[in-house]
Amino acid sequence: MAKLNSPGELKALRERLSKETFRPGAARIRACCGTACTATGAFKLINEFQKEASAAGAEIEIVKTGCQGLCQKGPVLKTEPANIFYQRTKPSDVQAIMSYTIKGGAPYRQGLYRDNFLSEPVPIMMEIPFYKKQLRIALRNNGVVDPRNIEHYIAVGGYTALEKALSSMSPEEVLDEVDKANLRGRGGAGFPAGKKWAHSKSAKSKIKLVIANGDEGDPGAFMDRSIMEGDPHSLLEGMLICAYAIGAQYGFIYVRHEYPLAVENLKIAIKQAEEHGLLGKNILGTGFSCTMDIREGAGAFVCGESTSLVASIEGERGFPRPRPPRLSEPGGGPWGFPGNLNNIETYACVPVIIDKGSDYFRSIGTKNSPGTKVFALTGKVKNTGLVEVPMGITLREIIFEIGGGILNDKEFKAVQTGGPSGGCIPAEHLDLPVDFDSLASVGSMMGSGGMVVLDEDTCMVDVAKFFLSFTQSESCGKCPPCRIGTYHMLEILKKITSGKGEESDIERLETLGKQIIKGSLCGLGNSAPNPVLTTLKYFREEYEEHIHDKYCRAKVCSGLGTYTINHEECFLCGLCKEACAFGAVKELRNRYYIDQDYCTKCKACYTACPIKAVKIEKQKGRLSSSLKKRD
Amino acid sequence: MNLNVDETIGHIKEAISVSEKNRGVLIYTLQRVQQEMNYLPDHAMKMISEKLGIPLSDVYSTASFYKQFYFTPRGKKIVKVCTGTACHVRGASKVMEKLESEFDIKEGKTTPDLSMTLETVGCIGCCGLAPVATVNEYIVGEIDSAKIEEIIEAIKAE
Ligand SMILES: Cc1cc2nc3c(=O)[nH]c(=O)nc-3n(C[C@H](O)[C@H](O)[C@H](O)COP(=O)(O)O)c2cc1C
Ligand code: FES
Repeated sequence: MAKLNSPGELKALRERLSKETFRPGAARIRACCGTACTATGAFKLINEFQKEASAAGAEIEIVKTGCQGLCQKGPVLKTEPANIFYQRTKPSDVQAIMSYTIKGGAPYRQGLYRDNFLSEPVPIMMEIPFYKKQLRIALRNNGVVDPRNIEHYIAVGGYTALEKALSSMSPEEVLDEVDKANLRGRGGAGFPAGKKWAHSKSAKSKIKLVIANGDEGDPGAFMDRSIMEGDPHSLLEGMLICAYAIGAQYGFIYVRHEYPLAVENLKIAIKQAEEHGLLGKNILGTGFSCTMDIREGAGAFVCGESTSLVASIEGERGFPRPRPPRLSEPGGGPWGFPGNLNNIETYACVPVIIDKGSDYFRSIGTKNSPGTKVFALTGKVKNTGLVEVPMGITLREIIFEIGGGILNDKEFKAVQTGGPSGGCIPAEHLDLPVDFDSLASVGSMMGSGGMVVLDEDTCMVDVAKFFLSFTQSESCGKCPPCRIGTYHMLEILKKITSGKGEESDIERLETLGKQIIKGSLCGLGNSAPNPVLTTLKYFREEYEEHIHDKYCRAKVCSGLGTYTINHEECFLCGLCKEACAFGAVKELRNRYYIDQDYCTKCKACYTACPIKAVKIEKQKGRLSSSLKKRD
Repeated sequence: MNLNVDETIGHIKEAISVSEKNRGVLIYTLQRVQQEMNYLPDHAMKMISEKLGIPLSDVYSTASFYKQFYFTPRGKKIVKVCTGTACHVRGASKVMEKLESEFDIKEGKTTPDLSMTLETVGCIGCCGLAPVATVNEYIVGEIDSAKIEEIIEAIKAE
């Protein structure tokens, strides 16, 4: 490929490619090759299609796309021109899909999506409840293009925004457009990107950097990964536009080390962009120069924090430091150069804003949080995966319409947003329109967009303990409030969940939590107590039950409650007796019973019983002190 | 080990000093060495320190900060059970317990014959398939009691 020497040449190339690529009417399969679908056998499937096609002498194009979202029903694929969507496709389905759909243009019923086995199958992707309410901006090309082929990206309108910015807009105008769009940072705090860019632009320095934060350490979120893997050029284009606006010459993409496929696809994308003259010196012959390099993380959650990320890029221990200087100020970024740091998704939204204008972007979402947000919907919902929705949609719509409701039709209990820095939102707030401010108003946060649904079988104290043990082990150890404080909070939670909770533990958690928030150096400590504090706010009675009644209503924590066998239900299989390591399950002539003197409440019999005849109940004879307190 | 500092650090090489460049490639170098040797033995650390002109204590200080680096040999099969949020609520701890008892080692340890290392990982980005585990590069999703037997077979297979 010869270098493109002017915006005009890029335009001519796009016009040619858009005619040649993805011709309507041609037989085509867009197969998801994201990490999840690859794990469920996408490549085996593609091989099978190729074999089948060459055997039949059929001409068929197979596009290996990035994540299409519905990870749980993988491998998924779309066929064209009939536009039929298949899920959980097995190699044995290939023949039928070839003959029914590719040749005959008709759906192959067994492979289609169904809500449940009684409902009618849905052949068209956008009519599936999971996709119906979605609006794709950041993920616009995921599932459409082959991430390793820059021509696909250009054919669907890629680099139009860069072309527009370089040929007809001044850096100030670009900045102005982003500012007017009120694009807020998708990586955590929701700080307006326009303000940040303006700050970086005003920094006095010959050399400036543009940095993308792809650390994505939040366990339970994977949207940045999908963009880096499935549509790397959107990220590059967004970063280039930012570099043009603020006057940066060097770009860095910091990628979490657990994401090898993202690194690979980004490397290919960078190389292809350089070959096309879209990256490097004198981009599109306009005199604007910017390069990109990848930096791999080495497994530290705190390196997602801006100052730690800088230390890590420089090759130091990833310790945060006090601010100022901020990254956007001289002395703040790597090697002292000012830099602009944004999240991957934030950058991926930029080309759309420049291309379609800030008014278009502001017409989506809410007034204070325009645009869309990608959520990683996981936990106890029927449909898990990546969903991109306009801001302002309610939690209920996301969980019950897109997510299809709770797994096994259990009762909804709470939804956890914002990862380890966020909080749990109870059922009473299900109709809350989701945006940056509304989530903060109920004590949680947007965070990077993890959304974990919890049902009645989830113990809220256990969830709080889970998040805290994550932040505690990830605390870098630099400042004492975070290092020691989170350790003590975790010890208290362990005590409570093992049935040794004491009267004043709740108050102690609250005081400690507030002090850690106030005293910590960086965002990790500032937000670590949030999961505990929000569960205390909304699910205090569960904590009280653990402490006073020694009872876990979700039956998750062992060491709590009284264990008995219901003789009406028991059918004498004897598995509980086998399971008990302490000889507490005793056998009489016609029944089993649990000897309370020997029982350690380890839950072995409870898990072993095939018909749930082992019951865990509140301890008898204890007056519920939480009740006592109330009257 | 042949290491081209200028090439590794990338385009920023024009703008920073030699010592900054050497420092800047440290993490990458550690990653490369670990990939080749499967852990970071003492002599390799000394070599890195000499090559990059960074004090040995400093090299250790940086390497020990990051969870990716190991100073003891690891097993041939690396089994990572995801304990991220999504996997946690869908039963990751049961998977872990089963593997721990099957191979009689604790989390984070390697079997004495170096055949396998059992670890946890905080989300590998396949939450849609929770609970998830990886055996070397291979990802297993939606683990249930049948799949866990499969994993055990795969670990035991040569
Ligand atoms: C402990 C900690 C971890 C973070 N991890 C990430 C991360 O994985 N990805 C990310 O984009 N931002 C992360 N952030 C937020 C970044 O510090 C920064 O605010 C963000 O990347 C700015 O981009 P934005 O304005 O586009 O959101 C983290 C912050 C803290 C305190
Ligand atoms: S939490 Fe296990 S893959 Fe994300």
